[in-house]
Amino acid sequence: MLLRAIRAEFAKLLTTRIWWVLAVVLFGYIAVLSGGLAALFAGIESGAIDPRAAGTGPPGTPPLGSLPPLVYSFASSVGYVFPVLLGALATTGEFRHQTLTPTFLANPRRVQVLGAKTITLFLAGGAFGAVALLASVGVGALVINAFGVDTLLGGGATWALIGRTLAAMALWASIGVGLGVLVPSQVASIVIVLAFTQFVEPLLRFASMFTSATAGIGKFLPGAASDALVGASIFTVAGPVGGVAAALDWWQGGLVLLGYAAAATIGGYFVSWRRDVT
Amino acid sequence: MPIGAVIEFTNITKRFGNVTAVDDLSFSVEPGRVTGFLGPNGAGKTTTLRMLLGLVGPSSGTATFGGLRYHDLPHPLATVGAALEAASFHPGRTARNHLAIYATAAGLPRTRVAEVLHLVGLADHGSRRVGGYSLGMRQRLGLACTLLGNPGVLVLDEPINGLDPEGIKWIRGFLRDMAAEGRTVLVSSHLLGEVQQSVDDVIIIAQGRLVHRGPLSSLEMQVAPQVVVDSPDRAALANALTRAGVDFSQGRTGLLATAADPARIGHIAFTAGVEVSALHRQKKGLEDAFLALVDGGDSR
Ligand SMILES: Nc1ncnc2c1ncn2[C@@H]1O[C@H](COP(=O)(O)OP(=O)(O)OP(=O)(O)O)[C@@H](O)[C@H]1O
Ligand SMILES: [Mg+2]
Repeated sequence: MLLRAIRAEFAKLLTTRIWWVLAVVLFGYIAVLSGGLAALFAGIESGAIDPRAAGTGPPGTPPLGSLPPLVYSFASSVGYVFPVLLGALATTGEFRHQTLTPTFLANPRRVQVLGAKTITLFLAGGAFGAVALLASVGVGALVINAFGVDTLLGGGATWALIGRTLAAMALWASIGVGLGVLVPSQVASIVIVLAFTQFVEPLLRFASMFTSATAGIGKFLPGAASDALVGASIFTVAGPVGGVAAALDWWQGGLVLLGYAAAATIGGYFVSWRRDVT
Repeated sequence: MPIGAVIEFTNITKRFGNVTAVDDLSFSVEPGRVTGFLGPNGAGKTTTLRMLLGLVGPSSGTATFGGLRYHDLPHPLATVGAALEAASFHPGRTARNHLAIYATAAGLPRTRVAEVLHLVGLADHGSRRVGGYSLGMRQRLGLACTLLGNPGVLVLDEPINGLDPEGIKWIRGFLRDMAAEGRTVLVSSHLLGEVQQSVDDVIIIAQGRLVHRGPLSSLEMQVAPQVVVDSPDRAALANALTRAGVDFSQGRTGLLATAADPARIGHIAFTAGVEVSALHRQKKGLEDAFLALVDGGDSR
């Protein structure tokens, strides 16, 4: 029964254009960013400048250290907005186009439908992670290698980062589903996603680093938790000078993201999903 | 051949805040007949049907198919096919994909998709995006969706809206055929004339309340003969009728005097010195009976 519901949700996702439009933009965006920054930093690094001056390792950054993981992590640290959008659009589209009516007629078990949607988008988010990694690792490593810097692709740490990026992107898509049921208005949802991920959260994270008390709170912000899960991010090295760098363990970061997804989805179930469909 | 279940509404009520959209409705719908579910705009038809289908939760009461609530049906789409007035399609999806999604969700064979598209006359348009469909084509797609599971019960909310004359003729025949095969067919409309030719039974509601139920023919006997009388000075006319002890109500085109003879009404007006601008016996058409019932609901 659940399998049927999941297959139907996959069919919904794949029969409109939005998934591949978002995937193409995600790939292009991350490829340009990773390639460009890899060229910039690898240029500096191959020019034998002190790595600290290159801005790749203030104290407290994860042990992966240097350039390659930073470039590879663009897949999630910058790309995470795409799975969130995919998830939010998949849910809010049902409200907007009134397809909840045929959906609940075909399967009146609403909890099951929402569960199937979450699982489907979790997997689709993982697929978006693969697309983003293809851009950040594929293009990034190519450029890094061209400058004669070690790509670290032989190392287990890099592959752990890649695996955890897939998990982070999958969780982000589930958060999108949760947001979509919490805020069923498509326009409002998109505005919230863009405003929060591109503006509000980066600002909060930056500001929280000024004191250790706020840093202890700031590390629980979803973007910070995601970066902790992945293990590297441009944000963790771009904090204020002399700021407090606080980060969760990778598994804590994963649990925090999972918590956000669960809280939003369960909250949204009560706010909109189980309501009257009129 | 699928056998239709009896639809049973028991004391069903729905309140939206202060608005009581459906007020303590009880009636049943039998298989093998086409039942028209009638009422003016805002009478509560859609709300009632959505409660039947588990989309809207009743404030109290129940609605069942052969004793089971929609949510408890083991195979909902194979038991009940429903088309609701709202166009519930993603415009960017093709009709074929739209149907395939719900066939998948309900565990129905994919082969049904082509079959139902053919049944409703959309076979040549299945791979077009629904966003480019006309209103009539959307109605047909809605019907195709109801037929996916070859159900014994059909619940259709205003299926005739937006159809061309040929489409109307087709759907009338379609409703009759479905009932003749033993299915339960419940079809809503705000116009009796729209469904008059295809329904066996009527359920009429106004302001969320049941005002009439029975075979179509029972409508004719429903209203007592009435006389419509009007005057440039309606208040004076009303006074004269009151003094003469004639029962009447305010109608759309004048005063409606019940159980009266036009000659007597004319005499009353004449002796009271009130000018009469209209005086005739109400035509006892079905539509009039319908309107009278619905009007009665309004004045409560
Ligand atoms: N979601 C809602 N919130 C508040 N009021 C509602 C809601 N849905 C319906 N109503 C009210 O309930 C009443 C019945 O509406 P309903 O749509 O069931 O009527 P209807 O008989 O289907 O009318 P129509 O012929 O126009 O389709 C109306 O007064 C309407 O305003
Ligand atoms: Mg309606």
